Amino acid sequence: MAWPTIDRQSPVTDSDAPPLLSDEVKAKIRSFFERYETRRAALLPALHVVQESLGYISWRAMDEVATVLDIPASEVFDVVTFYTHYWTKPRGKKTIVVCRSITCELMGAGVLLEAFKRHLGVGEGETTPDGAYSLATEECLAQCDHAPCVLINEKKHGRVKPDDVPALLADPDNDKLEVPRSDLYDPVLGEDATTRPRGGERKG
Amino acid sequence: MGDYEPVLLRNVGVEGAATIGVYKKRGGYRALAKALKMTPDEVVEEVKAAALRGRGGAGFPAGVKWGFLPKDRDVTYLCVNGDESEPPTFSNRVLMENDPHQLIEGTIISAYATQSSIAYVYLRVEFHELFHILQRAIDEAYAAGYLGKNILGSGYDLECYIHRGAGAYICGEETGLIESIEGKRGWPRNKPPFPAVEGLFHKPTVVNNVETLCNVPHIIERGAGWFTGIGPPGSSGPKLFCVCGPVNRPGCYEGPMTITVRDLIYGDAYGQGMIGDRKVKAVLPGGISMGILTGDELDMKMDFADPAEYGLLGLGTAAAVVVSEDTDIRVVLRSIAQFFAHESCGQCTQCREGTSWMYKIARRIAAGEGGPGDLEVMYETAGNLGMMPGLSICGLSDGAAFPIRTLIEKFRGELEQHVREAPDEIEQRSPSTVRS
Ligand SMILES: Cc1cc2nc3c(=O)[nH]c(=O)nc-3n(C[C@H](O)[C@H](O)[C@H](O)COP(=O)(O)O)c2cc1C
Ligand code: SF4
Ligand code: FES
Repeated sequence: MAWPTIDRQSPVTDSDAPPLLSDEVKAKIRSFFERYETRRAALLPALHVVQESLGYISWRAMDEVATVLDIPASEVFDVVTFYTHYWTKPRGKKTIVVCRSITCELMGAGVLLEAFKRHLGVGEGETTPDGAYSLATEECLAQCDHAPCVLINEKKHGRVKPDDVPALLADPDNDKLEVPRSDLYDPVLGEDATTRPRGGERKG
Repeated sequence: MGDYEPVLLRNVGVEGAATIGVYKKRGGYRALAKALKMTPDEVVEEVKAAALRGRGGAGFPAGVKWGFLPKDRDVTYLCVNGDESEPPTFSNRVLMENDPHQLIEGTIISAYATQSSIAYVYLRVEFHELFHILQRAIDEAYAAGYLGKNILGSGYDLECYIHRGAGAYICGEETGLIESIEGKRGWPRNKPPFPAVEGLFHKPTVVNNVETLCNVPHIIERGAGWFTGIGPPGSSGPKLFCVCGPVNRPGCYEGPMTITVRDLIYGDAYGQGMIGDRKVKAVLPGGISMGILTGDELDMKMDFADPAEYGLLGLGTAAAVVVSEDTDIRVVLRSIAQFFAHESCGQCTQCREGTSWMYKIARRIAAGEGGPGDLEVMYETAGNLGMMPGLSICGLSDGAAFPIRTLIEKFRGELEQHVREAPDEIEQRSPSTVRS
């Protein structure tokens, strides 16, 4: 899934901002309730939907999720900060994750990571100035038979060599999945998905 | 070994095998129809008789676990453990990506046997493509009447939901997984109570691994006797093995638990030898948590009993990463230590502190800055970390301790030499020198 916009200007703390979650997002979150005995159990799915919709999980968004689930905001914060897949600041349109665990390391992930840094001009955990890419590392992605491996948003790439990096970065479809999608966890972007303010962008 | 007929992987590489039509054409969902004509207890008894041991790492017999459920329960949950985050393990991914209906069929039969009303499939979030494949297969199974109300007219109802994780190895631990479904951080629970008595939402719960459940339809269809006829006693049934690193044919392969580590690396049906005929320096044969073998210990059998003879914790996930002679052993030490320092959930003091100190020391040694006593501190820390001395809530700390202890024991000479006389940093090798 693409994380559509980047906003590095607005403050991370946005609790006094206008409401962020659209009615569609809230309805999507509520649609998970029937699956579990407690509302709280819908928290991980809810956060996935929020992150896909907003590009990240802001403080304001955590607050609003807490209201929908009827749990304290501190518990939402607790969960968001525990799991590495949730982020509280905007990222680039695409996130590149390089596996750093043992098989990939043995097969050259260290050199590969350096190549990504060089071509993107950013370090680990950073985003390119144009907001196109963020770079991250993760532990084993369970594709060690294709080491060294990389994820670009949802799409996996295996046996990536440093020489492959420029072509990979230039490919506009480097994050497109080839399988039919299920929209169960997909973002709710509304009709004007391309223009709607997102990710903490403020109006008036 | 070449004439072994795959069971679990029989549909891998078959065109359209992930769709219900092809799966059924190849014999799928026959076992479900058969199971629904048996009583739930009869299904449990058949799985017990097969002595199917859990494939998730601990090797606990599935039928026995199901038998722990209290008799007078109202609600039961089944959790399918598809968190698969142990380096270098990818067999669950291969099963679910290529043959999702096999897992769904195994899940329905196991849910029926345990009289579960909901099955949650816990998937690590990085399985994006797989999520879409599996969700589509679940939708197909609903449409075909294999899930939902009154399955195949049997009166049995089952809902099946995917619950996606969010990037935490510890959610593969069964009680961490349960907490994560409940919408909490994946902090493992103290046991007892075991999940069978008090699990998800405080209800009796069974947690089983993906590969474990994929075996169930075959046991029902062909019988426990067929299952116990494969492999040695105590390690029966078909088994998936992963092999990766600098081998000619990295991949996930199926065989009986009679094969050795050597077969896995060199066998024609498996890894087909080392790239460039390099020598094996070390192997981590059960995932990284179980411990390490030297290149002289390749006769270890990939079964539930033999790993202990080599000082290992167990068979683990039966996934082997091979380290070649030209790799500095400090790379392996640092990688293992980094993984556990990152993945410790932080609840138990000695696991949180111990794993992060071991990583700091391993990093120092790898940077050529190891000092006298560093190995001893690490070795001692590894000895005081785990459940074995009774100090921690879950098994992660033993998994952190075993590879480091066995690595220091088996490669002490090389490590000491680095610490003593070679204050050099590890050079980064280009992957092009590793695989052409
Ligand atoms: C730290 C840790 C991580 C684990 N990760 C997994 C995992 O990713 N997948 C899995 O099936 N079991 C994992 N397990 C084992 C589970 O706790 C549990 O034993 C298993 O899911 C039971 O299923 P089985 O009996 O079918 O093997 C892990 C255990 C520990 C201690
Ligand atoms: S042993 Fe480690 S991972 Fe397990 S509960 Fe304790 S701190 Fe968490
Ligand atoms: S070690 Fe990189 S995918 Fe497993």
